[in-house]
Amino acid sequence: MFGKKVKLRITFLSFAFVSLILIVFLILKSLEENVVYFKSPTEIKNLSELTNKKVRVGGMVKKNSLEVNAKEISFVITDFKNEIKVTYSGIVPNLFEEEKGVVAEGFIQDRKFFVAKKILAKHDENYMPPEVKKALENN
Amino acid sequence: MINQLGYYSLVFCVLFSLFIITKSTRAIISKNSKFDGIYYNLVFLQLFLVLFSFFCLVFNFIVSDFSNVTVYNNSHTSKPLFYKISGVWGNHEGSLLLWLLVLILFLFLFILNSKKSENGYKLLTIVFQEVIILGFLLFIIFTSNPFEYLFPTPTEGLGLNPILQDPALAIHPPILYLGYVGTSLVFSSSLAATVNKSINSDWAKHIKKWIFASWIFLTLGIMLGSIWAYYELGWGGFWFWDPVENVSLMPWLCLTALLHSVLVLEKRNSLKNWTVILSIATFALSMSGTFLVRSGILNSIHTFANDPSRGLFILIFLFILILLAIIIYFSFEIKNPNPSNNFFWLSKETAVLINNWFMMYFLSVVLIGTLYPIFLEVISNEKISVGAPFYHKLMVPFLIPFFIFMSIGPRLKWIKDKFTKINYYQILILILSLVISYLIVEYSGVKYLFSTILISTSIFLFYSSASDLVKKNIQFPQKISHFAFSLLIISILVNGIYSKEINSNMKVGDNLTFMNKKIEFKSINFEKQDNYNLLRGHFEITEEGKIPINFQPEIRIYDQPVISTSEADIKTNLLNDNFIVFSLLKEGEVFNVRYQQKPFMIWIWISLIMLAFGGSLALIKK
Repeated sequence: MFGKKVKLRITFLSFAFVSLILIVFLILKSLEENVVYFKSPTEIKNLSELTNKKVRVGGMVKKNSLEVNAKEISFVITDFKNEIKVTYSGIVPNLFEEEKGVVAEGFIQDRKFFVAKKILAKHDENYMPPEVKKALENN
Repeated sequence: MINQLGYYSLVFCVLFSLFIITKSTRAIISKNSKFDGIYYNLVFLQLFLVLFSFFCLVFNFIVSDFSNVTVYNNSHTSKPLFYKISGVWGNHEGSLLLWLLVLILFLFLFILNSKKSENGYKLLTIVFQEVIILGFLLFIIFTSNPFEYLFPTPTEGLGLNPILQDPALAIHPPILYLGYVGTSLVFSSSLAATVNKSINSDWAKHIKKWIFASWIFLTLGIMLGSIWAYYELGWGGFWFWDPVENVSLMPWLCLTALLHSVLVLEKRNSLKNWTVILSIATFALSMSGTFLVRSGILNSIHTFANDPSRGLFILIFLFILILLAIIIYFSFEIKNPNPSNNFFWLSKETAVLINNWFMMYFLSVVLIGTLYPIFLEVISNEKISVGAPFYHKLMVPFLIPFFIFMSIGPRLKWIKDKFTKINYYQILILILSLVISYLIVEYSGVKYLFSTILISTSIFLFYSSASDLVKKNIQFPQKISHFAFSLLIISILVNGIYSKEINSNMKVGDNLTFMNKKIEFKSINFEKQDNYNLLRGHFEITEEGKIPINFQPEIRIYDQPVISTSEADIKTNLLNDNFIVFSLLKEGEVFNVRYQQKPFMIWIWISLIMLAFGGSLALIKK
């Protein structure tokens, strides 16, 4: 029915179209699975249902809450309204201190307990992650 | 005094820009495309003015003139001279002045280098480049003047963030900017050639140099940033998919695609429209990189200071440029491209096209991963971040076909190649690489069919590019760069699979056992340096039958501003990097110690240098 050239072109176009759809689908699907949401301790407290996905918690490290042993450290993140206890084993950034802003990435165990896999570094003593700033402002 | 001089020479430069734009536009419209020395002189004067202004700023930094706000915010009298100078571009205002300087420098070099090109094309390129220059000039003068006056003059400055006081990071911005800004000239030139209807092999031959030059600098710039992140941030990795890293990777991917497609344009006089689109896209990505980093929209460790008005200005400017480019592209587009655009399926052209598709795919993954959080926050106020798993999941599977095509592509002939006899030798190599990678995967604990295939294809690629090294019919620079790329891939894979690490909280005298090794925290001592105090840790790693190795990582506590940084101690040999970093934890008694073994680290850097070296060979070659 069609010439050889036209046929080839149709095959090519449909191939390109299908792969384009496939790519968009793959990217969106993967985004859905791999994004990390940011929550403040208050938001975690108000969660209707706990997720088992990775999240980030941000706020201030509560004064006198830092405890250290050989394996791990633990501290409390507060947004001055609610707080959550965090345990972590791994390298901490230099600017990690009590009464400074912090972002911890990891898994929620329950509404008061969080296991961090990563503590995020900040480069500037005055710098506060926008999320933390916002979370603190909202309260 | 120096402040005013610097400022007014920038203002004066605006007049020059306006004058050049008007003059060359009139020359183009009147078709009186006489290209006399006047443009050369005008641009030279402009270059002189901006250079002068730049040196004024450098001078202010050197003498620590704190009546200048930029100097006050970013310098300190106790800082070593080297970092006083690098502080010039370690901040927003100064780095934009550097951008501008490079923009004009490239235009000047372009005029010097294109004596043989046609006059109409040259004039058009000058117009487009001057529009970009004008935009940046206005941006600097209205939103980020580096010569802001401060009264009363403070006696001491605030100091440069210590994390930036590092040799690699001191030269990282200028090198990276040479790459970014080089794409502006490719942009201007391809728009000019579109209007002038002179997109052909000759133009490709001429613009190729600029594409290569930008690509080399961009590659080296990204590498320097990556090396810095590796040893200074103490995370022990070289790529974190941080948004700011991504915005430098995107133009690189686009430029790499352009680098290949421009060769097809040169040799076969086709892929014309595609090459123009890539040139526009590369520059748009470089510009938006600056925009995203400088506006503070991206939540990243690199965003030091945010100022929305700046972001808005760049956004509008970027929008105007892209709009301009699209209008020009569509009104002057080549309607009937060469019929030779239909390539034979088995040819070098097709191979280049496949390379371009892959680059575009990788680019779109990075683009979506970087921008999606911004969109989501605007739409739903949800704050998210996209991390490494997303990128790995989407990119790694596509690397397998990419490696296979890359092994075959360079051997194909232009126009039409044919299947020769089945090469049993190659099949043998393929089987061999399958076996090798099976063994690698088997002994590393990552038991996946998938990693076996991935590693075998990369070994196959390595073999092919290594054996191409001795082939005569492939260009020498290409051989070097492709070989370097395959070496890079192998090193990254080995590094990813075999890296080992342990973290612990230790006091002086504590021991730690890790993989038959004993890590001992022996002592710490204090030292006083010019602008920081230093806490040096002494660690010893003993392994049975080997000489003990001593590590001396440091914690530096800077005076101004008071920030502590960790300096890792890295012992490098050809096979492994051994990496110890420690940081203060509580009341200076317990330290957070991390030991890492990173195989093939040095080969990642070597292969990147080789990659850029291959590019520079292509640049020198006639």
